[in-house]
Amino acid sequence: MTFVPLAYIVAAICFILSLKGLSTPASAKRGNLYGIGGMILALAATLVVPGLRGYALIGLAGLLGGGLGAVLATRVPMTAMPEMVALLHSFVGAAATLVALATHHHELHAGGVQRIEIYLGAIIGAVTFTGSVVAFAKLRGTIGGKPLTLPGRHAIDAGFVLALAGLAGWYVHSPASLPLYLAVVLAGVVGAHAILAIGGADMPVIVSVLNSASGWAAAATGFVLGNDLLIITGALVGSSGAILSIIMSRGMNRSIGSVLLGGFGGGDTVAEAPGSITSEAIAKGVNVGDVETAVELMRGARDVIVVPGYGMAVAQAQHPTKQLTELLEEAGVRVRFAIHPVAGRLPGHMNVLLAEADVPYDQVFEMDDINADFDDADVVLVLGANDIVNPDALDKPGSPIYGMPILEVFRARTVMVVKRSLSPGFSGIDNPLYYRENTMMVFGDARDVVESMVRQLKGAAVH
Amino acid sequence: MTEFLGHLTVFVLACFVGWQIIWKVTPALHTPLMSVTNAISGIILVGAILAAGMGTLDLGGWLGLAAVFLAAINVVGGFWVTHRMLNLFRRR
Repeated sequence: MTFVPLAYIVAAICFILSLKGLSTPASAKRGNLYGIGGMILALAATLVVPGLRGYALIGLAGLLGGGLGAVLATRVPMTAMPEMVALLHSFVGAAATLVALATHHHELHAGGVQRIEIYLGAIIGAVTFTGSVVAFAKLRGTIGGKPLTLPGRHAIDAGFVLALAGLAGWYVHSPASLPLYLAVVLAGVVGAHAILAIGGADMPVIVSVLNSASGWAAAATGFVLGNDLLIITGALVGSSGAILSIIMSRGMNRSIGSVLLGGFGGGDTVAEAPGSITSEAIAKGVNVGDVETAVELMRGARDVIVVPGYGMAVAQAQHPTKQLTELLEEAGVRVRFAIHPVAGRLPGHMNVLLAEADVPYDQVFEMDDINADFDDADVVLVLGANDIVNPDALDKPGSPIYGMPILEVFRARTVMVVKRSLSPGFSGIDNPLYYRENTMMVFGDARDVVESMVRQLKGAAVH
Repeated sequence: MTEFLGHLTVFVLACFVGWQIIWKVTPALHTPLMSVTNAISGIILVGAILAAGMGTLDLGGWLGLAAVFLAAINVVGGFWVTHRMLNLFRRR
């Protein structure tokens, strides 16, 4: 009988080592193996718990789920990782609710503390589930990125919270199924409504918050079942998501509270015709360059820094970009990548996309490590990034993004911005970078532009 | 209540450990961090198995089985996709 708790302790240590492994790319794969080992051990120990029955059905459900997980994991393209992660968060939430409800039906004589645990486990799971499903739909583009701001929505939310507190009192007082199931439905509405109110630009924070929520849901299940392994693992995941949320909101100079209140920013950028330039923009003095000029400038440079943003992922431009950097390096140019913490829709998403395109990770630099080097850069190539290179964040106190840390690309000798049009980014703010004297706009789809740059460079190499 | 306090102690200590190690994760690996936490939060599978197999196969048992199915997606999907991503990272 002592085998089970012992195995659980070892499994918990494995999970800690698994997360620790991610501190460097070199140790990360070993970290993942520790995680797998811990999981196998924990499951093996659970399956020999005395009194466990129904192996056939449990095995069948596990195989079906595992098979589906394997299919999802094999097929998902790296650009779709934000959706994949959101989907997996929703499953943890749903499982937590189901386990809490199952315990409610089995433990007919649960005491007051356990009833509170069941209630909390069920509603934390339900909020995580519907919130993640909405986040998934927003990230996939099934529903628009524009925040849903109902009139009086904070009053509505307050009403929901009061109702949930009332139902908690009812359930603890008389453990009937009705208040518990009502609470699950209500919590589901709260989760969906909360995430519907969030704008597209805040998604990196929201995915992190839901990551954290999925951990707390697992921990709550641990309390329901009195299982320390679930409590430890849930706490590790919950803290992990909380830290990511802090890092992401710092990257946008916003508080997590203000992100969660929602309503910030517009939807996804309205697709204007490529190259449409308003007369106002021309009056402000926009320099428009063609691919030929851009390639000449890059070939003549010593030091080029590439700044990828969400637009690179949308256009699937990471592979031609890698080709471009290779050709430049062959021509003797030093090329590096600079990553802003909130570039993309998921923490670290740009790094994965570049790794997929075979860009070595020691060529990719974090914002704090490369910001000082823009002064010496001959050319900065901005690919589908906007707010994260907006100088208003540094010098325009009235701007909504004032105070946000940015990649200070404007310090470079020449900044090339590849963009479909001059339309503002997700925050809906104009970017003065586009009108600076040392900026050259190259209009077009990121992938098309970079591909023609590659063709141009190859041509130049032959002659 | 004493039992609850014991679990609470474990919870607080685990949060502290998590807080210490996650700050050390390199930002380049934040996406794999999310997918590996997806996988290990699939540990809820342990709870699901107990819910499905420790009682009779009544409504509670079926709810437990549904949870087994969902949690298994996370365990396999999470570790697998993390493995796929980590394989992409290489030095120059």
